[in-house]
Order: sequence, then structure tokens, then C-alpha cells
Amino acid sequence: MNGPGFLQIAIYLIALIALAKPLGSYMARVYQDESVGLNRWFAGVERLCYRLSGVDPEQDMRWRQYAWAALVFNLFGLLAVYLLQRFQDVLPLNPQALPAVTPDSAFNTAVSFASNTNWQGYGGESTMSYLTQMLGLGVQNFLSAASGMAVLVALIRGFTRRNAQGIGNFWVDMTRGTLYILLPLSFVLALALVGQGVVQTFNPYQTVSLLETSNNTVDAKSMGLAPSPAGEGRGEENQTGKPTKQTLALGPAASQIAIKQLGTNGGGFFSVNSAHPYENPTPLSNFLEMLAILLIPAALCYSFGLMVGDTRQGWAILAAMTLVFVALVCVTVPAEQRGNPALTALGIDQSISAQQAGGNMEGKETRFGIVNSGLWAVATTAASNGSVNSMHDSYTPLGGLAPMWLMQLGEVIFGGVGSGLYGMIVFAIVAVFIAGLMIGRTPEYLGKKIEAYEMKMAAIVILIPPLLVLGGTALSLMLDAGKASIFNPGAHGFSEVLYAWSSAGNNNGSAFGGLSANVPFYNVWLGLAMLFSRYWLMIPVLAIAGSLAAKKTVPVGPGTLPTHTPLFAVLLIITVLMVGALTFVPALALGPIVEHLQMLGHH
Amino acid sequence: MTSKPVSTSLMDPHLLQQAIIGAFAKLTPRRQWQNPVMFVVYLGSILTSVLWLQACNGGGEEPAGFSLAITLWLWFTVLFANFAEAVAEGRSKAQAAFLRSAKRDIAAKKLDEAKYGSNYSKVAGSSLRRGDVVLIEAGDFVPGDGDVIEGVASVDESAITGESAPVIRESGGDFSSVTGGTRVLSDWLVVRISTNPGESFLDRMIGMVESAKRQKTPNEIALTILLVALTLVFLMAVVSLLPFSIYSVETAGSGRPISVTVLVALLVCLIPTTIGGLLSAIGVAGIGRMMQKNVIATSGRAVEAAGDVDVLLLDKTGTITLGNRQASGFFPVKGVKEAVLADAAQLASLADETPEGRSVVILAKQKYGLRERDIHSLGATFVHFSAQTRMSGVNLPGDPNKPGEPCRHIRKGAADSIRQHIETQGGKWPAELKTLVDDVARRGSTPLVVAEGDKALGVIELKDIVKGGIKERFIELRQMGIKTIMITGDNRLTAAAIAAEAGVDDFLAEATPEAKLALIRQHQADGRLVAMTGDGTNDAPALAQADVAVAMNSGTQAAKEAGNMVDLDSNPTKLIEIVETGKQMLMTRGALTTFSIANDVAKYFAIIPAAFATTYPVLNVLNVMHLATPASAILSAVIFNALIIIALIPLALKGIKYRPVGAEQLLHNNLLVYGVGGLIVPFIGIKAIDLFLVAMNWV
Repeated sequence: MNGPGFLQIAIYLIALIALAKPLGSYMARVYQDESVGLNRWFAGVERLCYRLSGVDPEQDMRWRQYAWAALVFNLFGLLAVYLLQRFQDVLPLNPQALPAVTPDSAFNTAVSFASNTNWQGYGGESTMSYLTQMLGLGVQNFLSAASGMAVLVALIRGFTRRNAQGIGNFWVDMTRGTLYILLPLSFVLALALVGQGVVQTFNPYQTVSLLETSNNTVDAKSMGLAPSPAGEGRGEENQTGKPTKQTLALGPAASQIAIKQLGTNGGGFFSVNSAHPYENPTPLSNFLEMLAILLIPAALCYSFGLMVGDTRQGWAILAAMTLVFVALVCVTVPAEQRGNPALTALGIDQSISAQQAGGNMEGKETRFGIVNSGLWAVATTAASNGSVNSMHDSYTPLGGLAPMWLMQLGEVIFGGVGSGLYGMIVFAIVAVFIAGLMIGRTPEYLGKKIEAYEMKMAAIVILIPPLLVLGGTALSLMLDAGKASIFNPGAHGFSEVLYAWSSAGNNNGSAFGGLSANVPFYNVWLGLAMLFSRYWLMIPVLAIAGSLAAKKTVPVGPGTLPTHTPLFAVLLIITVLMVGALTFVPALALGPIVEHLQMLGHH
Repeated sequence: MTSKPVSTSLMDPHLLQQAIIGAFAKLTPRRQWQNPVMFVVYLGSILTSVLWLQACNGGGEEPAGFSLAITLWLWFTVLFANFAEAVAEGRSKAQAAFLRSAKRDIAAKKLDEAKYGSNYSKVAGSSLRRGDVVLIEAGDFVPGDGDVIEGVASVDESAITGESAPVIRESGGDFSSVTGGTRVLSDWLVVRISTNPGESFLDRMIGMVESAKRQKTPNEIALTILLVALTLVFLMAVVSLLPFSIYSVETAGSGRPISVTVLVALLVCLIPTTIGGLLSAIGVAGIGRMMQKNVIATSGRAVEAAGDVDVLLLDKTGTITLGNRQASGFFPVKGVKEAVLADAAQLASLADETPEGRSVVILAKQKYGLRERDIHSLGATFVHFSAQTRMSGVNLPGDPNKPGEPCRHIRKGAADSIRQHIETQGGKWPAELKTLVDDVARRGSTPLVVAEGDKALGVIELKDIVKGGIKERFIELRQMGIKTIMITGDNRLTAAAIAAEAGVDDFLAEATPEAKLALIRQHQADGRLVAMTGDGTNDAPALAQADVAVAMNSGTQAAKEAGNMVDLDSNPTKLIEIVETGKQMLMTRGALTTFSIANDVAKYFAIIPAAFATTYPVLNVLNVMHLATPASAILSAVIFNALIIIALIPLALKGIKYRPVGAEQLLHNNLLVYGVGGLIVPFIGIKAIDLFLVAMNWV
């Protein structure tokens, strides 16, 4: 990596951290029911929402009520997306006359979008009508993100309230989060993206004549136009068998891309996601989309600090997240920049120069290069976003290890909007527990004693994702149905399966590729994994919120373990990394690590 | 001072022998089930035992020798954990046996009527019930816990406290309780029994120290949950390795899948066996350490809560100050020489045998060289302190050699009594005396006014003497994050002065039982944990309300019932040691958990390359310790894992040292020692064991 490479990473981080405070304090005001600038326009809409749906915004819900509301609401969202897909052939806004989606794929996609995973077993432009994209997937992009933030806010209330029964009102948190945070941010970002050339239209796909006849489909692929086996983007061919025309997929993309990035959804409008030139045309659009991935998760840390009355608490968590993020960027980007020793052995120039990005450019867009591809890969897996601007399957083993491991850490390094921070807070509870014992006191975090009940719930939150990932991977490798989809047998095939389960089991949604996952086996099982890892984590988190809210607040004294110090941030990092490492080291050893050692062996 | 009733040395051969027997006795599934982490090891041991038998018959997946070695060491792991628990229990059991020796069946003289002189019938002590009244005469053993309702006697309590000096027990007041098993040395007592058979203090103590159904403390439960969660994660990581390995062998086309024996070995190495094996020993040892300090806790929960205490209520007298006040200065009114005042004060105090009175004589001698005079040659008559006059003093006849000198009437006493005394004789109360009196009071001392005839001479300052070293203790407590509050019956002025001198954070002056209770409730409502000591019946409500309540053994039965700990030495400062012991218990658990988890890193480096040596030889790059063979690597890790439990038993029993240096620093130190240490130690240990195994040609 050279100077400009470092500079790009630095600018990205500075922009991210700089925006955390203003956006964070804005969001804190929204959730604390304080007035924000947008009240003038939206307060009426907000009231109308409550009146139409018969919600009493003053009602304070106990955690069980809150959890029920969240689950039922998400279930209806899931059903809506499922039905839209199943009946899209008879519904309007389907200019390409796409058929109804198969039941297993529709189930997988419905779960995927409701659970903020956005794993995509399908190719967007060849499967989903405009209506399904907008009313189903687009709407869920907002609602799943708002759900995550609502649960986080409820957990924060658990810390701030004392001797209280309620943890807030789910409907109010949902409405305010969507109306005052997600919609305005998406609107601004969508406009900016349209300015950069991202498409936004209801027109049908366009067939255009090629300026230059292409010799093979590989060229078309490298342009990001014809990636899917389903074959859209395939054009007419001339007599010699060479394509002369090409179909260009279009659609209302910009509006969906904005929220897919901001809401850590990651489900692309087009199959190749943000590698597609109509989804992510320029380096500037790339920067904005990449920034949008981590923007809300980072800013929520500041909101958290503000809401618990000590911004240092938020900064400590943000620092812990950022440190792990930077460390893993420093694994992936240099690993990619070093390139493939097997190619070096063949005399291929992989060095960095004015003419080329150098390094391992397989599966990467030339307009983004190594640094912006690697940075995106780490950001999208750190957050549970899962959108891609390069193909992770083609990364070097170490370059691909970092994104995979970030998901396996439980999506707490930034993580999903809301869900990342509530996951991290659960890790903080565990860290505080061990640290508290080590200083000879019953552990307490932010004035709340951490006792058996909280540990039980925290244990569930930490247990479920590894169980799903390891259990699912084991299942896939034992059954023929699972092994049938592996195209690269060996360590890399193993990595692909492990990656798929890591992604679904932690609600990330990015795919390593290489694994043909749009088959009933993976659609159903990965769908179930996404379902469990989202909601079985949400429920115990809300239970912790309820339990904490009912407790007294212990005043801070000199014997209290400070949780805003660098030492605590380090302890938090160690806790996250130890749990992640100890759980997945054997599996990683058989996948990426063996691959890496074998690759060096070629050298 | 205090003779420890039993040997508590770790190396006591008898205790060790008992512990080894206990280790085997605990191998029943029911006992193992109580400790989920060790239960997994237990099941693993059974599984590998079966696999070894299979290997002996030629059907195993590993050579029989390797299988046997792993199996044996897994069983050792289980036994070592049992042993740790047995050692800790053994020490407590020895103490319980000693206590039980005090609990012989004592013949009791049950009185027909609740008064001395009534008829009595001889019954067995064990048949006494609450409310029965017994007579205990010199030489008799006290048949059960109770309150003295009549009589005064000296009692030998060494059976309970190990303290050989007898103590006085009398009806009324704060020294009215007697404990079953102690012996009356002189005089007699009439005692109302306060407990039913099997509920006595001794019974509770014995039950506490040896109960097998020991209740887990709240933090222990929370920690167990965390350990179980980690165990499940590792179980999944290990179990899933089998299909991963089979798939890898299929696609790599070389090697053979990982064997179940190796998987079990890996699992046992990864799950937190170090803390799992020592967890219950730490809890038992915590209560045992309290007992060594002569404190009986009625539950482990109370010991643990002691570590969490935020506020400490301390009685001024006896805890912060010495029980007695001492004269520290003479302040004459205008026109009176200080030496004259000192002389009068000395004369008035010559026959005063109270410590305060003695201290006046001593001060007069130190300051003015006034020798103690022979009171008889002076022909003086002494006026003793009486509740009516609230003064004491001396009447001296006139000197026969100096005719005309009148006889002298010297009095000393509290300001208002002397004032009344002077004014009734027609004397005048000088205005400046009030200033003098107030000045003394403001310094936290007690003013004593001296008058001769109808003329006030001045004031003696009686100073409360703050115990040496107590200020440093309070500084320590502050560093621990504990707020100290002094409780005193003194007025605010005096209380404030002493509080400042002793360095307590706050004080409650003119304390009544209601005020104490209210103070505790207020702190609890703010989320703080309150500890206090007490001995009197009027302390009982506050003791019952406090989270950690230490009753003095010398105190009343009501106080002991209300508290959750009893200090056999009746030393109020011991609360500080109790807090430290509570903290040590938590810290030891936290430190060993950290150590246990940190150990896993090295074990992975040992086992992963070994387990996949045949499938992916490239993984040998991870064999950073350069362990000789796959078999030696796995065996070394398992042996290390078992031996570390034995190695850490002393630490678990003694507890890690607590230093009051503030939370951040403490965490930093312990992370360094047990976290970083836990990372490094197993690398060295496993390598050393591997070298040893190779040197002995065992692998």
C-alpha cells in the first residue's frame, strides 16, 4: 500500500468520526422525544401515523410487550415481502413481466430483508419486479433498520431508567426512527447518488447496440453487466456468435441504494450490488456509499453516550470498534495489494504503479482499485451491511479471512444499525462482568448491577450466532444437498460454505460467491439461520433492557470500574476477539489459513 | 492473642489424606453434575475410557497407549478438581469438628420459675426449647444459646472463640447473651433459652462450614452461567470439527479424520476447566478464611456482599476512638494560675479510679511535676460520683500548720452540674468559662469543670483518643471506594471534630436507633450496599436492615440474630478485613477465569496443527512451540491442563492479594498478571512437558 492508499483510508475514517457527533446527537434528540428541526414538517405526519394505527404514543411498554410488538411487526413485514414476490407476476410495475419467485427463494428473501440481513440468493434485475423491489425490499430496508435502532434505544433506556417497568414504546421508536432519521438521510443520499449517475426510473430495461463487438462474455462480466447465470444482460448475437447488442437493466435504483447502505441492509438492486456501474458509478459515489455503511452505526455510539449521560462511554465503544476495524483493514488491504504469489511466479506484474492498481485485481473493479475495494469489504462485513463492490470470493485467503472473521465476531464492530451496538453492549456486559470480578466487586455497567439474569441473556446473545454458523456449516458438509452446491472443493470450498453461514448466522448478507446458494437446501436453512440470529438475539437483549430498567442505579464511586477509559476499550476488544477467535480458530484454520499456507507453498 | 483452634496448613498430612479420599468419593455423577464444566470433563473421561477399551481390543482409532494416556490424564483432571474442593472443605470440616466437640450433650438445670432460687429439674440440654429457663452455676456448661435474665458470671468462651481469657456475662445491657457449649467459671446465671434444638448458633456454624448443599452465591451463579456458555461454544467448535475434518480429508484426498479421542482432549483443554475446577473451592475457602479471622458468616452470600460494600457505618467508641477519654489540657479562668487548676484537678481525681480520673493525675504529673500525693496523709475525704450530683471531688481539712486556712471543697464535673453547684452556694459563673467549655467541645473533647468552693477554677479537657493507624485504614477504605460514616451519641460539634481527626467521610451525631435505620435505608435507596457492626439490642433493627451486618459475639442475642456474621473476637475494626476477604473471593474468581480463557490460545497452537497433521501438513507452521509429535503435543496440552489445577489450588485457597489502589489500577495489574500471564505460561508449560515426555521416551 502506498501513500495515497493510506490517505484514502485516513480520509474515510476522519469523515466517519467527524460525522458521528452531529448525527449522534441528532439521533439522541429524536429518540428522547426532544424537538428536532424536522418537527415542523413531520410532526403532523407522525401524529397522523399514530391516529391511523390507533397507537397511544404515551403508552410505556414493558419489555415483553415491546418484544411482542417488534416480533409481530416484523412477522407482518416478512409476510408482505413473501406475498409480493409470490404474486409479482399479476401485480403492476413489472415491465419485464418477471414470473413469480419460487417459494423457497421467496421465503429466504423475505426473511433476509425483514431481518436486516439482505442475503441475496437471487439476481435482482432478473428476478424482482419494480414493485417488489420498492414496496417489498425497499420498505423492509427502512423498517428492519428502524427495528434494530428501536431495540437499541430500548436497551439504552434500560440503563437510564431506575426502578422502572417500561422501556419505551416500540411504535413511537419505529415511527420516529424512520421519519426523522432514515427517510431524510436516504433522501439526501439518493439525490447525491442520482447526481453521480445512479439510475432512478420506472422505464423498462433498454437494449442498446454495442460500440464494439465483444469477443466473449468475460468482457461483459468484467463490466459488471452480465454476472448472473439467469442471463439477463445477454444481448443479441451476430452471425459469428459475437454479441452486437446488450440489454441494460434499469429501475428505481438510487432510492433503494441509499437506504440499503444507510440501514446496513446491503441488498443490491442489481445482482452484482455496488460493483454495478448503475448502482455505484464513480469514486465519489463509492466514497459516499462506503461512508453510509458505517455512518449510523458509528453515530449511534455517540447517541448512546449522550443518552446515558456520559459521552465518554460512547466514545470508548466507538474507539474499540474503530481500532478493530482499522486493524482488519490493515490485514485485508495489504494482503490484496501483495497480490498472488502464484501469478508472480508466472511473471505477471502485480506491482503498484501509475498505470495499474497492482495487487490481486481479480473480482475487483478498476474504477475502485485495491484500497477502495478492500476498505469496502472490511466496512461492509464490520457493519452487517453485506453490500459489495468487489467479489470477496476472489480475495486472497488472508484478504478474505478478515471480512469473514468480522462477521463471526458477531457483527459488533459497528455492526447493523442498532443491532451492532446492542450486540457490542452485550459484549461490554460480559467484559464488565469479568473485569468487575477482577477488582473484587459485583460487576456493574453504567450504574446497573450485572447479575445472573443479565448473564444468562448475554450468554444467549453470544452463543446463538456461533452455534448457527458452526452447526450450519457442519450440516452443509455432512449432507449431499449441502455439498452439491460447492464448486471449488477443498479448503476454498470449505471457506465458501463457512462464509455463507457466517453471513446468514450474523445477519450480514454478503456472499463469498462461488457457492450456488439459490437452491432449496440453502434457501431454507440459511433463511432459518437469519431468522434465529436476528430475533433470538433481539428477545434476550430486550429482556436485559427490562431487567436493567427495574434495577436501582448504583452511584459511581472510586471503587467503580471506569468503563470510559482506554483500558476498558482494550478489555472490550479483547473480549470480542477472544470469543470470536476461540470459537472460530479451528474452522478458520481449515479454511482460509490452510489456503493461505498452500498459496505460499506454491511460491 | 487468639489461639487458632485447628491447624489450617495446606500441607497438613491428615487433611491431605482426607482430601484424596474425598476426591474419589466425589466421582459420583450426582456430585459432578453440580459443576457443569467438570461434568463435561467427566463425560469426556468416560468416553475416552470406552475408546481405550475398544483400542485394547484392536478396534480403536488411536493406539491403545495414547488412548490410555489421554484417558488417565482426563480422569486426573476430574480428580484434581475434586481434590481442590475437598482440600477447601477439609479445612472447614476440621473447624466444624472442633466446634462440634463443644457441642456435647449437656445436662441442664431447668427452672420451674424464671427466677434464681426456684426449683429445678435436670434435663438433657438437647431437649431445651425456646423460652425455657435454666440455671447455670459455676463449673456448668451452658446448655444452649440464650439471654441472661438474672445474675453475673465469668464465662469461658474459648470453645467458640479460642480466646482463653474469660468474659463477663450479666443480665441487662449489651453483654447478656451466652452461647451453648461455653462454661461458667464463677457465680451463677439464670438464662432464658432463645433457640430450639438444632437451630443454635453452633449448629448454624457447623452446618455452614460443612454443608454439602452449600448455596451458590449470586456472583457464583452468574459466573457459572458464563462458564457454561463458553463450554457450549467450545463444544460446538469441537463437535463441528469432526464433519469439517471428514470433508477436508475427502477433498484433500490425504490423511484421516480427527479421532474422537483427540476431539475430547481438545474440548477438555478449551473449556474453562481451571476456573471450573477451582470455583467451588474458592467459595468454600472464602468462608474458611473468614473463620480463620474468627468471623462466622451465616452464608456465602454475606461474604460476597462484603466485597461490594459501599458504605461502612462504624461506632465511634471502640472502633474509631479508644473506649476511654484522656485528659489533655488544663484551661484556667482569668486570675487562676494553670498550676493551681492542675493541683486542684489532681486532688479531685486522686481517688477516682476511672481511666479518665487516672489520666488527670498523669497529666498533672507530666505537665507540672505534681507528684501523686498520699491521700491518707492528707486526711481527705472523697466525694464519689453520684447520679444525683453528677460530680465527684474531694474535701480537704484545713492545714493544721497554717491556721486560718479554710478547709477545701474541690469538685469536678460536667459544666451544667458544676454551674448548679456554684450557684446554689451563691457563687458566680464566670462568662468566660462558657467560651472555654465551648472551645473544648468544638475540638471534639469533653470539658470537665473544676470548682473550689463557690469559685470555678477552669476546665480540664478530656480528649477522645483516636486509635492509632485508624486514619490510614480509612484512607485505604476510600481507595477501595468505600465511604465511612461514624455513628456517635455525641453532639454535632464534638462528632464533627472527631470525624475530622479520624478522617471519616461523614458522621451521624446524636444517633438514635431510628436515625441509624433511616440512614441505612437512605443509602440503600440510593443503590448503595451498607455494612455495619453492632452489639446492642438497640442495634438489632439497623443490623437487620444492613446488607452486611457483623454482630459482636459479646453482644446480645438479638444483635446476633439480626446480623449475618458474628465476630468472635468482638473487634469492630474487623469489618475492614471482612470487606477485604469478600473482595478477595470475587477477585480470585475473576482472575482465574481470565487465566483460564487466556490459556486457550496456547492450547490451540498445540492441538490444531497436531490434529490435522495428516490432512494438512502445511498447518505445522502453527506449531510455534515445535512440539515433537502430534501425540506429544496433544498429551502435553492435556497434562498441562490438569496440572495447572493442582498448581493453582494454593492460590484458590489463599485468595489473590487485595491492594486498595483504585479500580482502574487494580484491573490493570490483574489483567497483566492473570491475562498476559495466562497467555504466556501455557506456552512454557506445554513445551516443558513435551520436552519431558520426549526425554523420558514416552512418546
